[in-house]
Amino acid sequence: MSLKIVVLAKQVPDTRNVGKDAMTEEGTVNRAALPAIFNPEDLNALEMALHIKDTVPQTEVYVLTMGPVRAGEIIRQSLYRGADGGYVISDRKVAGSDTLATSYTISQGVKKLGKVDLVLAGRQAIDGDTAQVGPQTAEKLEMPQITYAEEVLYVDDKKIRIKRRLERGVEEVECAYPCMVTVGSSAPECRYAIAKQVMKYKNAMTEAEAAEMNLDCTEMFAKKPYLKIGLWNAADIEAEDSRLGLSGSPTKVKKIENVVLTAKESVNVEATEEGLDNLVKELIASHIIG
Amino acid sequence: MNNIFVYCEVTEECVIADVSLELLSKARKLADELNCQVEAIVVGNEVKVDLEATLYPYGVDIINYAKDERLFPYTTLPHFSIVTKLLKEKEAQICLFGATCVGRDLAPRVSSFLKCGLTADCTSLEIGEHEDKKAGKVYEKLLYQIRPAFGGNIIATIVNPETRPQMATVREGVMKKEIYNANHKGQLEMVNVNNYVTESDFCVKVLSREIEEQKINIKGAQIVVIGGYGMAGGKDGFKLIHELADVLGGEVGATRAAVDAGMTEHERQVGQTGVTIRPKLCIACGVSGAVQHRAGMEQSSKIISINTDSNAPINAIADYTIIGDAFEIIPQLIKHYKNNTK
Repeated sequence: MSLKIVVLAKQVPDTRNVGKDAMTEEGTVNRAALPAIFNPEDLNALEMALHIKDTVPQTEVYVLTMGPVRAGEIIRQSLYRGADGGYVISDRKVAGSDTLATSYTISQGVKKLGKVDLVLAGRQAIDGDTAQVGPQTAEKLEMPQITYAEEVLYVDDKKIRIKRRLERGVEEVECAYPCMVTVGSSAPECRYAIAKQVMKYKNAMTEAEAAEMNLDCTEMFAKKPYLKIGLWNAADIEAEDSRLGLSGSPTKVKKIENVVLTAKESVNVEATEEGLDNLVKELIASHIIG
Repeated sequence: MNNIFVYCEVTEECVIADVSLELLSKARKLADELNCQVEAIVVGNEVKVDLEATLYPYGVDIINYAKDERLFPYTTLPHFSIVTKLLKEKEAQICLFGATCVGRDLAPRVSSFLKCGLTADCTSLEIGEHEDKKAGKVYEKLLYQIRPAFGGNIIATIVNPETRPQMATVREGVMKKEIYNANHKGQLEMVNVNNYVTESDFCVKVLSREIEEQKINIKGAQIVVIGGYGMAGGKDGFKLIHELADVLGGEVGATRAAVDAGMTEHERQVGQTGVTIRPKLCIACGVSGAVQHRAGMEQSSKIISINTDSNAPINAIADYTIIGDAFEIIPQLIKHYKNNTK
């Protein structure tokens, strides 16, 4: 009776709270002005994993993320909430990855973790909304996929039964392990950080984070190995360079245009009794309303 | 060889989904530019319409029909096996999917297996050339997959120079459903399902389903009143939006910000990741006008914007702008409408 679960999580710019300074004067994205957050649906996925851990004894939950050094924060947040461990894939070579290259990188990371029963991920990330990396990762791991999960209806060490949320209703499906599940925002919200876990893991970090802060953690890691967050580069996950980053991405950005609004000839309607009355009369006269 | 394929989704009612017919209309135009054929892939069991009579008028030359009782309702792996093998065998040039629950489940898995690029939620598809200056190569007649990106402040044109098929998903309503030629005829090719799927493809079991009838239909409405995040300020902002829509005989739409804030149902979301509408009249209330939202409504015949901010981007595409507080202006519009239609 035990399961090994991997949750895929992404650190994303908080596009939901785009402020006035989110764009530079040149019209490019000012990443510094956007706070980096745990992709919301990945938190739903983490909760689903922790719920399964509560249900099936001896289940272990690991979180895997890909990104820059600061993505270690995603792993700490996960440890605070009850995950057993986590890994960051960080390598210059993965920069510029499209979804296909990302799913390849992620799937190599999952493979590195050995026999995995269940892979969970958010349905989509808010910085792209493509919902592609989940199914693409499932294909690369040769696992069946269950997308848009809302609720775990039953789970044991052999199989899982999931309620899926579709456009116009719900569906109950069942699948034996291994399988991959993507979780939507209608699934239960993630539990809060647990004080005991925060105390235990607040100094957890990757070696890269330690280096950035000029900390020598050799002694701390030796004494408390659980504080060392796994850090993998392309070689660690045995990735072929040609399938990573820009070279591994079949989609190429041909052109990026700033949105230039060509203003239509628009009529300014005075917000007065007379102005609004005339507008309504005009719309009725031209058979648009009425 | 080299044809354009459209995965034609079989709906809950066992007919072909509107989004698929819209994509066929677009595929036909692209095919005429590329001088190739349009092929439909239909995977399911019984369909309640005459498949040939339904699809040929949209310009379909070949229908690939995989019919088996195990193929409905949709599960990923059998559909995946059939679609990938067909695309490979027939050396497809382009393959389009509706950005529905099914399309967004299926297309990425197919693209992963075929190691092909896939662009989600395109708002426009065109044919054009591409020069890779680094490699010194020029590609003729690629599919331009055009979509807003990163917060909607930019429009990106994506190409897949080296991989085939070039794949894209498109939301319902983005492309226009148009009959190509009522007398157009093609041919029906039945797919021998057992040559394409294996027993293990059926490992995910559907135990039960509860599907509701479609209640909200903003796509078909002639008048749509859209509420934006600007309606969050007052109490019951969306109640006013509904009142105006009811009086005018229209439907209620919303921006993503309004939906995310829990102000109304997700089905009402207008924009790149929601529904695209082309009504006679669209009234945008408290809508700032992010490009993803505009992509879903700028083809409305007439647009009225009601906004306190005279610099809101929405005003640039509006036929009429009313600068003021929608909470005050909507009741006045209702009053004047009632007075003038007595």
